[in-house]
Amino acid sequence: MKFRWQRRHVGEALAKLLMFLSLGLVFASLVMILWTVLSKGLPALTWQMVSQAPKGGFYLGKEGGILNAILGSLYLAGGGTLLALLFSLPLALSLETYLGNSRWGNGVRLALDVLWGIPSIVYGAFGFTLMLALGMRASLLGGILVLALLELPIMTRAMDEVIRRMPRDLELAALALGSNKREVAVHVILRQMLPGIVTAILLAFGRGIGDAASVLFTAGYTDHLPTSLMRPAASLPLAVFFQLGTPFPEVQQRAYAAALILTIIVLVVSLSSRWLAARFGRFTVR
Amino acid sequence: MTDSSPALTRRQAQEKTTRRAVFVLSLLPLVLILFVTVALAARAWPILGQYSLWDLLGGIEWRPMRGQFGFLPFIAGTLWVTTVGVLLAVPPCLLTALYLSEYARPSVRAILKPVFDLLAALPSVVYGVWGVLVVVPFVGDVLRPFFHQHLGWIPLFASSQPTGYSILSGGIVLAVMIAPFIIAVTYEVLMTAPQDWRLGSLGLGATRWQTIRYVLFRHSLPGIIAGVVLGTSRAFGETMAVLMVVGNVPTLPTSIFDPAYPLPALIANNYGEMMSVPLYDAALLGAALLLLVIVLIFNIASTLVLQRVMGRRWV
Repeated sequence: MKFRWQRRHVGEALAKLLMFLSLGLVFASLVMILWTVLSKGLPALTWQMVSQAPKGGFYLGKEGGILNAILGSLYLAGGGTLLALLFSLPLALSLETYLGNSRWGNGVRLALDVLWGIPSIVYGAFGFTLMLALGMRASLLGGILVLALLELPIMTRAMDEVIRRMPRDLELAALALGSNKREVAVHVILRQMLPGIVTAILLAFGRGIGDAASVLFTAGYTDHLPTSLMRPAASLPLAVFFQLGTPFPEVQQRAYAAALILTIIVLVVSLSSRWLAARFGRFTVR
Repeated sequence: MTDSSPALTRRQAQEKTTRRAVFVLSLLPLVLILFVTVALAARAWPILGQYSLWDLLGGIEWRPMRGQFGFLPFIAGTLWVTTVGVLLAVPPCLLTALYLSEYARPSVRAILKPVFDLLAALPSVVYGVWGVLVVVPFVGDVLRPFFHQHLGWIPLFASSQPTGYSILSGGIVLAVMIAPFIIAVTYEVLMTAPQDWRLGSLGLGATRWQTIRYVLFRHSLPGIIAGVVLGTSRAFGETMAVLMVVGNVPTLPTSIFDPAYPLPALIANNYGEMMSVPLYDAALLGAALLLLVIVLIFNIASTLVLQRVMGRRWV
């Protein structure tokens, strides 16, 4: 459309300008965040940092690294993801096969969405009360349980959204051949939608490993490497949080390094899920 | 059909068992919601027995040692930070989503979508680190003196303290955090608008912006509002990033440069020491319950609106 000095054309140009500005703003904040983490974290990231647990005087800026937090985070998020998977995969599959678009099925989806929206600090407080009632102390197991709770709705809804995109014909063909719904779910949907399901699992893992508020009371924090389910475990987000709060620049360095490692883990998980989806998407029927 | 071959009956029985198992499993989300609510309510019960709800929600004194539990500063802090964050986030997010759905070519979209997903995937402490290192100094050294000099006579922009640990910092960090979420929901809503409407409007000679204003918004406005509400409820519960930049002083703020103390920060900061003081744990779990109830109301309402607008279920 040719530009004329009419109100509507000026409005159009103005709207377009504002859109580009907002896009630039959102983009710039992302670049700035990544740049901050990179420029602060890279100088602080040494081999000692990722290969050692904290030693004596660590919090005064002496020897040691944050291996305890790295391992702790991987255990916590890994355990939480596995536990959540145990429930969410059957739930997502049955949402498609048995419940479908029925009233009950949509009620379950609404409940999952509401669960997804519950703040992680509330999960943390809930988990802590529960552990007190059961007589448990802050431990790796407690953290895993709460993270599983946190990840369950994310994983299930992500899987559900993926499974809905499955070609309906495949399902109907399997049903027409006489298989029952459980067989359809396990032998047809699960295989066809595996890339999407893996993406959902990785998404939930990424959320779990980055969450600090829920593990604050339930997993606790320790300088030791995690060895037992009943002992407290350190985690990367909390390592960032606690070490940034100290007045010593050397300790703050470690917070930057921990933030960088956390960011790298999350980015790798996010990118690899994308790659996996593209790679294994080839083996599915379209 | 009266086929009673053993294989078939066995599989029918199997199907029946699966159906029952599925029913039990599908109760899980609802049971979890109820369980979380009831557990928190049960632990918060003692304090509701001692004080009236009005005293708790309207009280401004927070001295657990003397048995004074006024939640008002924390509720006010949460409202301030959330309001500032949402006000800052909504206009750019709306425009970005509009650009993505109405203007951008598919190739541009294919590049931008993953970028926003990336922004959504970053952990909240990383936002917090960015906030402490970039936003707080910027607010403290640049914005605060500027506003103090030129607009200091407006109470909203008055500065009472020399640092950048303030509501505005918390709001900026929150705005960036909920941006990808609001963009994603708004974009999805806009994509469900019928293509014919767009083409019809453009065919009549309307500009794209006119099409957006007079045609698209008619379809999408309820969904967009619901998306913003959903983003707001995310902002309510955000703990770590806000906690790191907002100053954590329990006062009633009057300016965006005042420090504040939001509810999630209250819970996170004091949970360790609550056991020794009577009623303290009940008060903190009451705070968690309050947060939960607000978020539940926001979430259920906006999800129902979104379900209706989009004709399908969404996040």
